[in-house]
Formats: sequence, C-alpha cells, structure tokens
Amino acid sequence: MGRIVLEKVTKSFGDVNVIPPLDLAIEDGEFVVFVGPSGCGKSTLLRLIAGLEDVTSGRITIDGRDATELPPAKRGLAMVFQSYALYPHMSVRKNISFPLKMAGLDPAERNKRVEAAAKVLNLTDYLDRRPGQLSGGQRQRVAIGRAIVREPAAFLFDEPLSNLDAALRVNMRLEISELHNSLETTMIYVTHDQVEAMTMADKIVVLRAGHIEQVGSPLELYRNPRNLFVAGFIGSPRMNFISGAEAAKHEAATIGIRPEHLAISKTEGIWKGTVGVSEHLGSDTFLHVHARELTQEPITVRSDGEIDIYHGDTVFLSPQEDKVHRFNQEGLRLS
Amino acid sequence: MARAVTPAHKATVTFFAWAIGLLIFFPILWTILTSFKTEAEAIASPPSFVGFDWTLENYSTVMERSNYFLHFLNSVVISVGSTLIGLLIAIPAAWSMAFVPGKRTKDVLMWMLSTKMLPPVGVLIPIYLIFRDTGLLDTRTGLVIVLTLINLPIIVWMLYTYFKEIPVDILEAARMDGASLRAEIIYVLTPMAVPGIASTLLLNIILAWNEAFWTLNLTAAKAAPLTAFIASYSSPEGLFYAKLSAASTMAIAPILVMGWFSQKQLVRGLTFGAVK
Repeated sequence: MGRIVLEKVTKSFGDVNVIPPLDLAIEDGEFVVFVGPSGCGKSTLLRLIAGLEDVTSGRITIDGRDATELPPAKRGLAMVFQSYALYPHMSVRKNISFPLKMAGLDPAERNKRVEAAAKVLNLTDYLDRRPGQLSGGQRQRVAIGRAIVREPAAFLFDEPLSNLDAALRVNMRLEISELHNSLETTMIYVTHDQVEAMTMADKIVVLRAGHIEQVGSPLELYRNPRNLFVAGFIGSPRMNFISGAEAAKHEAATIGIRPEHLAISKTEGIWKGTVGVSEHLGSDTFLHVHARELTQEPITVRSDGEIDIYHGDTVFLSPQEDKVHRFNQEGLRLS
Repeated sequence: MARAVTPAHKATVTFFAWAIGLLIFFPILWTILTSFKTEAEAIASPPSFVGFDWTLENYSTVMERSNYFLHFLNSVVISVGSTLIGLLIAIPAAWSMAFVPGKRTKDVLMWMLSTKMLPPVGVLIPIYLIFRDTGLLDTRTGLVIVLTLINLPIIVWMLYTYFKEIPVDILEAARMDGASLRAEIIYVLTPMAVPGIASTLLLNIILAWNEAFWTLNLTAAKAAPLTAFIASYSSPEGLFYAKLSAASTMAIAPILVMGWFSQKQLVRGLTFGAVK
C-alpha cells in the first residue's frame, strides 16, 4: 500500500517561501512524475514527502496515517538519490542488505532477499565488490536494489538518471518502468526531463515556483495543457506560439500549435515562411521556419526523415485546425 | 603537455630535497649522537661526529636518577586519555556543525579557534589557583582535563573538515534506510571518517605528548610526564648536555616510533585539504 496525501503543505527556508500551500493526492500503485524547470521546488517536495525536510505547515499522510512529524526512517519509504549515495565502505551485498539490517531481520532472511534482488537487477556477479569498482549504471542498480529489498510503501526517485549517459539513461528508464509494472508499488519520480516524464508516468505533476501548474496523465497534458507554461513545457520539440492578428482570427490572445501538427509544403498552405536550420534525425526532420509576419521566433515543424526541402527554400505551413490550442490574455487555456 | 624532467633537473631536486630533509632532521640526530658521548666530549670544540668513545653511561645515569617508566606512563595516560576524551566530545560536536549547521556555526568555530590565540600564560594563574583549590595539582586527572580542553578546538576543527567531505546524501540515504541517529553515526559516518579520525587521533597524541607549558607548570613529581623529565636535566646548576640528550632521546623515542608506523595516516592528516 502506498497512498500519499499532501494537505496545504508549505515550506519556507528562512524568509523564502519555496512551496506555497499545496494539495496533492498520490494513489496507491501510481507512477507519479514531478516535472518542472530547475528551482521549481520539485526536489524539495520529494524531500518533504521523504521526511528529509520538515514541512513548515500542512499535513502529509501515508496510507491514512499522519506522517508529518515522523522521521524518514519511520515513514516506510525508500529513496534513490541522484548521486546514488551508496555506502562506499560496504560491499554491494552489504549496501543492499543495510535497510534489512536496520529493520532487524536475521542474516539468513537478509541474504535471501539480497540474492533475489540481485537476480532481478543483474547484480549477482557483483555482490562482493565495492561501489567504487562499479560503473555508473551498475551503481544505479545497486541503489535501486537497496530500495526494493525492504518492500517500501512507495519509492522516491530524485533525478536518478541524470548522471548517466544518454544510451544508458534510455535503458534504465525502461528498467524502472518494468520494475514498476512488476512491483505495482507507488513511485514518485522527480525529473527536469519532460521526455522521462512523458514516457514513464501514469500521472505528471507540472511544477513552477512551488505551484502545481497542472496534474494529469501524459496525454492529457499533451492534449489539453491548462496554460502556456504547461503547453510549452510538455512536448518535444516544444509547441510554437503565435500571438497578434493570427491569434485574433482564432479569438485568442495566443495560439499554440505543436510541430507535429503542422503540414509543410513547397507549393500551397496558409502561412508563408523561409526554411532556416533543419535537424535531420533520420526518422524525423525538424525544420525551423522563419515567418516574420507571424512571430519573431522560428516555427518548428516536424516532418518525415526523407523530406526534400532545404535551407533557404520558401515553404507554406498549414496547421491542423482541430489541434490548435487557444490561450487568453492571462495565458490560460480557452476551450 | 607534461613538463619535461631532465635527469640533471631531477638530480638537483633530489639533492635539495635530501639537503632540506637532513637539515630538519639534524637536531634530532645531534641529540641522539650527543646522548652517547661523555659530558666532556659533548661540549668539545670542534665537535666530533662519530669518532668518539660511544658510551651508554648517560642512559644508565638517567635511569638511576629518575623514574623513567613513571614519566613514560604519565605521558601515555595524559596524551592518549586527553585525545580520546577530546574525540568523544568532538565527534558529536563536529557532526552537528558539519551536517546540521545553524546560523552561528561559523561563529562558534571561529570562537573555538580564537581560544588558541590566547597566550596560555595569560590564564596560568587562575587555572593554577583552581587546580590548587580542587586538589588537581600534580595529578594525571588534572592534566588530562587541561590538555583535553587545550586541544579540543583543534580536534573539532580537524573532524569538522573531514566530516564536511562526506556527502550529506549518504547520511540521508542511511536515514531513509531506517537508520537511527546512533546507527547512522556507527555504521555510516564513522567508518567513512575513519581515516580522518585516525589522523586527528595521531596528531593530537603527538601534540599532547610534546605539550610542555601546562605539564611543567601544573606538575611536580607524581604526574610529571616526559616533558618534565627532560626539563629536570636542564637545571640552573650547570647543563649536562649528554644527560639532557639521553633524556630527550628517551622522551621522543616512543612518539618517533609511533609516528614512523603511522606515517601514511599522518601525512594525509597534515596535508589534508591541500589538494581537492
């Protein structure tokens, strides 16, 4: 079980208020991702749930039990840190069994659980090594192993993949997702990478300056961003924004259109522009089109990989009308 | 590109390194050599290096005249005792300053260090009177107390810098893993800080072993450590260089041997923080 509820939680460091009153419910078994730019308070929020920081006011309950005043050790949560935070003086086996030792399990039971976790995480051959003798990916797996052996109510991940190289990051992302599918335990995952958020989450919490901007499933956020911030943050490459006369035609202050919802043609279309930089990814091509009458920013268009359009070509863009997002003066979504 | 090291350059550097090393070691070597001379040879001019009649006479006189083992034992009790008690007080203090610093932590650290800037002689009379009135004069207990207090700022500072190097994440991980504060300190912090604690321990034993101001002023006979034992041979009625040297050699020998065996720890302690 792992239902975590935050009620009117605030956090201040001295005079600086990092988390204004915030309410959030995380259901048992959910994979929740906190995402936002750096300094948005996502890590602080995670540390409040972990108990590593004290809340300034408000209440945190875990499975209905008031955990606001409980020390981290008593909350029944496990955490994986960005820096892995392995115990350098202990072998992998001792690292993984440390929480079990703290829980007072007998050595035979500890060993059984460590072996089982090591098997799941492909660490069996490394159990007698020290963390210093492992690669980054293996260290990350040890950190995860240390978290899973104690069968916590929920897992907390604090940007666990940001120290890994790109290829490994994709692998570990899959491994964590698979782990979630097999354990069915609540997971709270903090990242600034919206791709990680989109691919892993059941529910994304978008944060800015301690405020929750929107909560929803990845596709909900993608389809119906509540405001300009969420619209710009979720989706890669980011949504194009156009204001002024073109937006007024749609009875909005700003309209947003995602790169994948624009058709590009050399002969006909609605908006005229000139092709600037194109990024060829093989499977896709991202074209940056300058259309100065519409917006000063280049408009990003996603097209297929084999497209026959080059730098300096004049092109026409046509948005899919039903995929145009409309926002009012305050940046809020107009339905 | 790495700097080119020519053989000539290397030889020069080696020569100077040895020269400086010998220069620093020379007084100790001279003391040891003198301890094997007769009093006449000890003050002979020009002095002879090895071409004298080697004698153990000074050592036997010193052993006869003073109770070396009592002083040795006093030195051990005072230096080891004050260091261990100091560590017991300093570990929690350094822990709290390194990991849960408050607004005034830096001030407290500076304040503690500032007590070392005070010339000890400035508080000699009050401390002497307190010791006299509490019956601590010429007792090992008294010296352990005073040396613990004298060296405590250094112990706290050294441990503080070592603890600062330990990533907070690891201690937080221990907390998440269910460790109590006690378990956190025993199973995680202390093992990781062992090299630091060891060099702090060694350095403080040496400092306390060689401490001469308080040990000389607060002891007479019973609790006098080896510093007082050496001093008893530099009497105003005429110096006996050879006997003084023999006493000095006997006083520094134990700490020299300890230092030799713990070189690695000590060097790490002394140059700590130089490269990071």
